[in-house]
Amino acid sequence: MRLPFQLVLGAALFAFFALAALLSFVWTPHDVTVLTIADKLQPPGGPYLLGTDHFGRDVLSMLMVGARTSIAVAIVAVGIGIGLGVPLGLWAAAHRGSLWDEIIMRGNDLIFAFPSLVIAILITAVFGPSAVNAIIAIGIFNIPVFARVSRGAALSIWTLDYILAARVAGKRALRISFEHILPNILNVLIVQGTIQFSLGILAEAGLSYVGLGAQPPTPSWGRMLADAQTMIYTAPRLAILPGLAIVLAVLGLNLMGDGLRDVLDPRLRRVRR
Amino acid sequence: MIDIRALSLTIHDTPVLHDVSLQIAPGEVFGLVGESGSGKSMTALAMMQLLPQGARAGGRILMQGEDLLALSEAQMCDLRGREIGMIFQEPMTALNPVQTIGDQVAETLLVHGRAHRRAAREVAAQMLTRVGLPPADVPLDRYPHELSGGQRQRVSIALATALRPRLLIADEPTTALDVTTQAQILALLKGLVADEGMSLLLITHDLAVVAGMADHVAVMQSGRVVEQAPTKRLFTAMRAPYTRQLFAASQHQPDRRPMATPTPLLVVENLRRDYRLAGISLFRPPPLFRAVNDVSFTLHKGESLGLVGESGCGKSTLTRAILGLDPVQGGRIALDGHEIHAGRNMRAQRRGMQVVFQDPYGSFDPRWTVARLVAEPFHLLDARPRDAAARVTRALKDVGLPADAGSRYIFEFSGGQRQRIAIARALLLRPDLIVLDEAVSALDVSIRAQILDLLADLQARLDLSYLFISHDLNVVRAITDRVLVMKAGAIIEEGPTARVFAAPRHPYTKTLLKAAPQIPAAWRKDHHASENLV
Repeated sequence: MRLPFQLVLGAALFAFFALAALLSFVWTPHDVTVLTIADKLQPPGGPYLLGTDHFGRDVLSMLMVGARTSIAVAIVAVGIGIGLGVPLGLWAAAHRGSLWDEIIMRGNDLIFAFPSLVIAILITAVFGPSAVNAIIAIGIFNIPVFARVSRGAALSIWTLDYILAARVAGKRALRISFEHILPNILNVLIVQGTIQFSLGILAEAGLSYVGLGAQPPTPSWGRMLADAQTMIYTAPRLAILPGLAIVLAVLGLNLMGDGLRDVLDPRLRRVRR
Repeated sequence: MIDIRALSLTIHDTPVLHDVSLQIAPGEVFGLVGESGSGKSMTALAMMQLLPQGARAGGRILMQGEDLLALSEAQMCDLRGREIGMIFQEPMTALNPVQTIGDQVAETLLVHGRAHRRAAREVAAQMLTRVGLPPADVPLDRYPHELSGGQRQRVSIALATALRPRLLIADEPTTALDVTTQAQILALLKGLVADEGMSLLLITHDLAVVAGMADHVAVMQSGRVVEQAPTKRLFTAMRAPYTRQLFAASQHQPDRRPMATPTPLLVVENLRRDYRLAGISLFRPPPLFRAVNDVSFTLHKGESLGLVGESGCGKSTLTRAILGLDPVQGGRIALDGHEIHAGRNMRAQRRGMQVVFQDPYGSFDPRWTVARLVAEPFHLLDARPRDAAARVTRALKDVGLPADAGSRYIFEFSGGQRQRIAIARALLLRPDLIVLDEAVSALDVSIRAQILDLLADLQARLDLSYLFISHDLNVVRAITDRVLVMKAGAIIEEGPTARVFAAPRHPYTKTLLKAAPQIPAAWRKDHHASENLV
């Protein structure tokens, strides 16, 4: 089958950042924790491929480690969302119309009602700014998204005859949820996962920008942007490069999500053919 | 009127139609009959130039001397709705759910610039009155979901005929409807054709429908017209072997003898099932709808019991209660002396009772192999038996499927094969009772005949009892010993199948039997010689 162009482009963009992040574990051009004040604000080229910042740190190395920070935060945050949200959504769908359904879904609405970044700022303000707190804050806001999406998808599967057949075979709701429902809503979850992943990267950058994400000396795209703000006229590339990294990573994931939806959703597939 | 000459059609280089030639005279009802995949709908879509992407048509479709295949899309848009109208099978999806019925009918007039908004509404009201929906009873500002299936189909007909087209194409217009509604819709179509002098192309899988409606019939098989003739001549001569085969399949009676014993197997006593409707007030309890009202019956061991009724009569609710899927509000159900309650641990009772559903496409998890699907009822045992694989193979063999079917996925099978797999799943634990919920309704007639034979054979071999739920009277007549007729939640007539069909007592049963389309007895004479073709 031919893959849609946007899926290929999105996956390539994301793979580029993921590889840079993986590479940063074993090698970066320069050490990002060493300050070489003598080499501050070097232009691109020479020993520093993308130049240096106001402390003389290598921008390319910082971008690579920053990719690692962003992706790690997003993975864990989406993991929290899927790990807690999907079981809650399946549970609510299995007991649709019951008090449990009502409690879970109204709890979801409660979390939805608050702007996520404001609450993330609250959490980090109370518990102190750190990458871990940022992860928890972003993760909590992923729970209702996955709960709602999985409940909605599961509800439509519950009406099908093969679920009735499984019930006639004496299977309980829990078993049906994991044996029949979950595998059949996986495509929806994968698509939602990639989109939440990109939102996670964006949220991490936002929190770091206001100083509530990863703390120095761990580089992060958001804080690189914040640091570059005062030098926006003297060294605009310091703001442009991390900004570009955020835009491309988020764009890549969104394209990938859209492309995956086209491939995985049989209804859309039929139309395309 | 319409003259199709050597129409051929390929979709992505797959041939779909070969050399189809039909002539429809003005004011004539032309029946196009065939099983699914025979190309009858594609022929209609080719006339409307509404073919799917990648389709390429050859030949000519002449409408009053003009070749429709040569017209541009803009010319076709002008023609569709004005010269040719079309009605589809599923009236719910053919109407726009967020537009009122008056607006939808008026839209056709507006699109073709035939009237201004006010006048269009008036014509819409006239048309809806003509199809039996006078605005006094059914106001123009109703939405499709507020109407019944038959009323929706009437709206589609009003929409298709609003501009008095010369040709009306009806693609399975009554397949989704109940028999009594079907009779009304067919009568309406016949009246419209006679009054307006339009031609009607009636596409259906049901020979009995064309027998009562059409002046001229063409039979299609895998993209070819195998026989066409005036209706009476076609039915009496039946020159093409396929026509005889189709006819035999639709009249098919499986070879079975009654084996009912006096021992009761399933006993239902004074069963009541209420649904809570949407509440009106916060402080008053929501009103109840009684879907099953005081139903009692007994199914004996070895018996095949039919349950007949139209949609909404409560037969599905009753089935779900018997299967222990929903709680009941009164009465009792017992299988072989054990009471059935929803929600409780029912594994022991469920071993004795399995079910086959209607939809061969929705009854299976698409991600499981057939062997795993068929093995699902093993869950009712305390432990998976040692010879599980052998028992799955035996169940597949019982229904006439090859042993290697188990390792394949469900999408590799046709509708009839899927229904066999559903029966294999039901047979796995050798239950006493199999509930067949519209089990053959979605199948083509020739496949249906095969499945009915299989069911009759299995019953004799494995000592099964059937509860056969269906809206299709012909099928119930073919496979049951005794029949229950259900209406509005109650059983209104009960008796041996032969007696109920020959001499119905309740007026509703009489209406039901009269509404079912029949091929005139005089045409049915003697085609038994060809029955072995099936």
